[in-house]
Amino acid sequence: MAGGSNVTVLDLERESLRAVNRRLQTVGAGAGPFRVSNPRGAHALACGLTAGIEVEIEGHTGYYCAGMNEAARVTVKGNAGVGVAENMMSGEVWVTGDASQSAAATAHGGLLVVEGNTAARCGISLKGGDIVVKGNVGHMSMFLAQAGNLVVLGDAGESLGDSIYEARIYVRGKVASLGADCIEKDMGEAHRADLAALLERAGCVDADVGAFRRYGSARALYHFKSENLDSY
Amino acid sequence: MTDPNWGLRESYSFDKYAIHEIRRAPSTGLYRIRGWGAKRQLPTFDDLVFLGASVSRYPLEGYREACDTSVVLGTRYAKKPIKLKIPITIAGMSFGSLSAQAKEALGRGASEVGTSTTTGDGGMTQEERGHSTQLVYQYLPSRYGMNPADLRQADAIEIVVGQGAKPGGGGVLLGQKITERVAEMRTLPEGIDQRSACRHPDWTGPDDLTIKILELREITNWEKPIYIKCGAARPYYDTMLAVKSGADVVVLDGMQGGTAATQGCYIEHVGIPTLAAVRESVRALKEIDMHRKVQLVVGGGIRSGADVAKALAMGADAVSIGTAALIALGDNDPHYEDDYRAIGSAAGYYEDFQAGNDPAGITTQDPDLAKRLDPVKAGHRLANYLRVLTLEVQTLARANGKSDVHNLEPEDLAALTVEAAAMAGVPLAGTDWIPGRGY
Ligand SMILES: Cc1cc2nc3c(=O)[nH]c(=O)nc-3n(C[C@H](O)[C@H](O)[C@H](O)COP(=O)(O)O)c2cc1C
Repeated sequence: MAGGSNVTVLDLERESLRAVNRRLQTVGAGAGPFRVSNPRGAHALACGLTAGIEVEIEGHTGYYCAGMNEAARVTVKGNAGVGVAENMMSGEVWVTGDASQSAAATAHGGLLVVEGNTAARCGISLKGGDIVVKGNVGHMSMFLAQAGNLVVLGDAGESLGDSIYEARIYVRGKVASLGADCIEKDMGEAHRADLAALLERAGCVDADVGAFRRYGSARALYHFKSENLDSY
Repeated sequence: MTDPNWGLRESYSFDKYAIHEIRRAPSTGLYRIRGWGAKRQLPTFDDLVFLGASVSRYPLEGYREACDTSVVLGTRYAKKPIKLKIPITIAGMSFGSLSAQAKEALGRGASEVGTSTTTGDGGMTQEERGHSTQLVYQYLPSRYGMNPADLRQADAIEIVVGQGAKPGGGGVLLGQKITERVAEMRTLPEGIDQRSACRHPDWTGPDDLTIKILELREITNWEKPIYIKCGAARPYYDTMLAVKSGADVVVLDGMQGGTAATQGCYIEHVGIPTLAAVRESVRALKEIDMHRKVQLVVGGGIRSGADVAKALAMGADAVSIGTAALIALGDNDPHYEDDYRAIGSAAGYYEDFQAGNDPAGITTQDPDLAKRLDPVKAGHRLANYLRVLTLEVQTLARANGKSDVHNLEPEDLAALTVEAAAMAGVPLAGTDWIPGRGY
């Protein structure tokens, strides 16, 4: 965000969470940009935004920052707590530090970029959103993920992609283990193109698409069969 | 002549149904998944009676003296609480498990008598939003079809922790019901057996839930009541924690509660009966001085006005009905007897809500079957049923001298069995003995 004089500063030391969120939730597209100062780990900050505005949060945030985001571009200059960008519909959320558990949980659309690492269950039940994590992701990431993409430039923790449906995972580093029904898959031309586009959107200009491996569903658990007992 | 059958003795332990299940397992290798609710005998509200009025208490005149049935849900924090004309709501049943016509009929019926209906797993359909004057939006672990626009369109939000048929269990919707529309709403491939998670993806305990509720309120401008729905597991603690987390309303569903598709062993063996659960939940609310401040909605096996009245007398503010509402629409209708027989069932026994071949066109996604249900007529049938329940509750309230159905109280009740006395905390009829309270 440009530091120009047109920036509207919302100070959580002086204004309540309700007032700050209400302001961000009711302004029209093109308003702002906004800078939120003194977040001090506040929960549910900048959630439920619907307009294509730019919001920069100067510091760490608590749970559900930018939850259910639509259209807005929210940047957290620090670490984000549990469920950052949960159920995002569209727009972009950037975290310059690390993100806690369940980052972008159930997101239907939009892009989450985490410059650092995420804890467990990144992209859990993802429904179409995209996630790029420049560091590592914790265990059970993309558990039950249905659609959308997770790109990990570092390593992935245990049980990656457990019970995954049609979502896609690209990992450049090591994968501790794959979860039930998740397998390594071929990288086709279309996958390379998708991955390259995601990397570009996340500003990873130097990343080599060829260094990534792709993971997804073996589709063996799509129907209940007792022969599958050992998989669960 | 002696009847040869007299010498044939059915085993109490290995009765016909038990033998049938043992025989079924080796042939399929899968546990039974079915709809409906618990079918075995359980302690119920039938084990309680109202004392009525006599010399010590006087009754109200049945047709002349007013008896209020209205109730307001969500008075604790919500700017716009839900105002219901009757204390009977329609429980959350998913589009997917039910046809769009059935959802529309539920909305029409509920709206006609001034009460609310509820979405379910899989999201909100325009059919039900359009035909429901007051619609509660379920926020479930799966978050299928969950989107903030629908959240804002809703009149209340119900965070589903569990339901009575399967406290702690997730959901299944079998492939035969995952049609194109259902698949699209849930972002899943068509025709697969779909699982709904049993835990929410971004919170686990009550401390996290408190923050989740804050987020939902922030997104909806603190307007909507937030309900928390729990299956009856440990209702005393669960109610306390739901209140602590910031619920406006607690929805408590006993083990008899209906389901669209759950393992038979789960339905019959997990959770406690509604009768026992209500008492525990009300005890919790009273201990923390939240009774009537946080409203309690009770469900699971409610069939009649007597059930409703007894739930209210034990301290509930309202009830919710699922199975009974479906029956009122036309589920298990003898009119379709031949069709039921053709699929190996019979009217009155049909429980295969998971199968998608419902002759009454209610628990199906088959367009030809679904067409059998006329949403306008079925909705009106439901409205009439709700009217009857309401009249029955009023009758029982007046019989106990009450001008408001919410004035019914445990002191108006007696138990017919020692078990019911112990569970409901009311005296065994003809005594002043409540088991567990000394003598
Ligand atoms: C066909 C059907 C579908 C259901 N779907 C849901 C659901 O999506 N979410 C939920 O919380 N409960 C669901 N339930 C449970 C009901 O909300 C309610 O708890 C239960 O039906 C109450 O018990 P009763 O059927 O004895 O009235 C469903 C029940 C039925 C019969």
